[in-house]
Amino acid sequence: MLEARSITKRFFPGTINERTALDSLSLKLEEGDFVTIIGSNGAGKSTLLNVISGRYPIDEGAIVIDGKDVSKVPEHRRATQVARVFQDPMAGTAPHLTIEENLSIAFDRGKRRGLSLAVTNRKREEYREALAKLDLGLEHRLAMRVGMLSGGQRQALSLLMAAHERPSILLLDEHTAALDPSRAELITRLTGELISEHNLTALMVTHNMHQAIELGNRLVMMHEGKVVLEVDEEAKKTVTAEALLAEFAKIKGAQLSDRTMLD
Amino acid sequence: MIIALEIGLLYAVMAIGVYLTYRVLDFPDLTVDGSFTTGAATTAVLILGGVPIWLSVLGGLFAGVVAGIVTGVLHVWANINPLLAGILTQIALYSINLRIMGKANLPLLRAETLFTPLRENGLLGTWVSIAIFAGVAALVGVLIYLFLGTQYGVALRATGDNELMARAQGINTGGTKIVGLALSNGLVALCGSLIAQYQGFADISMGIGLIVAGLASVIVGQAIFGMTAVWQAVLAAALGSVIYRGIIQLALNAGLNPNDMKLISAVLVVLALTVPKLSPLKRWRQQRIREKAVAEGGAV
Repeated sequence: MLEARSITKRFFPGTINERTALDSLSLKLEEGDFVTIIGSNGAGKSTLLNVISGRYPIDEGAIVIDGKDVSKVPEHRRATQVARVFQDPMAGTAPHLTIEENLSIAFDRGKRRGLSLAVTNRKREEYREALAKLDLGLEHRLAMRVGMLSGGQRQALSLLMAAHERPSILLLDEHTAALDPSRAELITRLTGELISEHNLTALMVTHNMHQAIELGNRLVMMHEGKVVLEVDEEAKKTVTAEALLAEFAKIKGAQLSDRTMLD
Repeated sequence: MIIALEIGLLYAVMAIGVYLTYRVLDFPDLTVDGSFTTGAATTAVLILGGVPIWLSVLGGLFAGVVAGIVTGVLHVWANINPLLAGILTQIALYSINLRIMGKANLPLLRAETLFTPLRENGLLGTWVSIAIFAGVAALVGVLIYLFLGTQYGVALRATGDNELMARAQGINTGGTKIVGLALSNGLVALCGSLIAQYQGFADISMGIGLIVAGLASVIVGQAIFGMTAVWQAVLAAALGSVIYRGIIQLALNAGLNPNDMKLISAVLVVLALTVPKLSPLKRWRQQRIREKAVAEGGAV
């Protein structure tokens, strides 16, 4: 479904500020996998999502989606296969467009955008049906501008817009981190529901250890641009936050002591 | 004042073009000063060359479309800043416009134009011409409004509203920007073509400072009539053009020199950009938005 083959991404190459954000990282997701990613700041988690979506080009390696190498495919053309929800609740929707216009953009993803009406009565029915599942009452406000909605409502809409056309892979970049706890819980629940409803393959970055353990069937820990720990389906059922933290401290400690020795 | 109304309605076509770039695409496009004259020059040369009037007008429009595409390509492919891309095309167009015309001024007074029937029957400056010009502006406005409601039109609006989201939803934002600029400059050139026929000549300097007139129309109109819905924003841009020409006429009547008009235009734009932000007005407006949101059941 998704395969990252030893991908490397460097920022500011050839300058004094050169930083290797992804270091020959490899990762493979099978169809229906829901992988959560944890790791410290600067581990390369967001960069990984950004290179999969095509926002940044990679320097080495290959990204393969549905058996096709998409490393050179531009961002907007990858969008038919890769959908995203961003951390910023404002990022996933267009504020001056109405709810129905935003949905029309998402529901037409991958189709040719021509000169037929973007929103028709028949489509409105479809939008109402999809919005009703969010249980936020948005189905009664199709003509409202999205900028009038709260962060939680906008993020729920972003999630629906990303999941609806059934992308090959759904990327979630700490998409609950900017919300208050009750809203975050709602979005987390909706995420699980939408992923199982559409049987999506998903990759979710999170800072929340408990969320990483509760959601998904696999867990990956990143550090300094590499995958340092993979927890498979069996092990994930029993893993605890304490165990993961201990593992993380061990990896970090090992690297620190290596460095100390080198100095 | 009836002349100001006529001119305002003719320039409404340009204001709608400027609305497309400045508001819809969030791209302040300075190509306008050049492409306006390009439209006028192309139409004038074609008419004088014996080409049918309608084809001459279409030729002017098409020349503007090409100018818009050039600015778009400079921005999208060469990654040049929007303001700079527009200025570069505008400056290049100055030379090109001179090449098209062959000299700095082309009189059309003896030639048959779209306005000849009106002029010969003494209908210019009457309510008949006002009604016809209003009809033309309305037709352009309705077409643009309908376009902005199509799948491609909504994609174009999303590009200007949230480019990151647009690309994540599979919109080729480079393409929508080029199309938007082409369409906008096509309208601007169409306006140039109409104005040249209306005043009876094309002149190399007729476009200078026009972007400010266009911005003044859009900003003043939308400050007065609002821009929440698309139809409202398009209508406001067109009416803004009429108001702008009215203000210019009032300034002239008050004894100001025509050479002062650029200064007045600039001051008008500054006022329209700053006055709505003054704190009492802002508080009043926010209060209204809050009430509206609560009434519609949205969270604030």
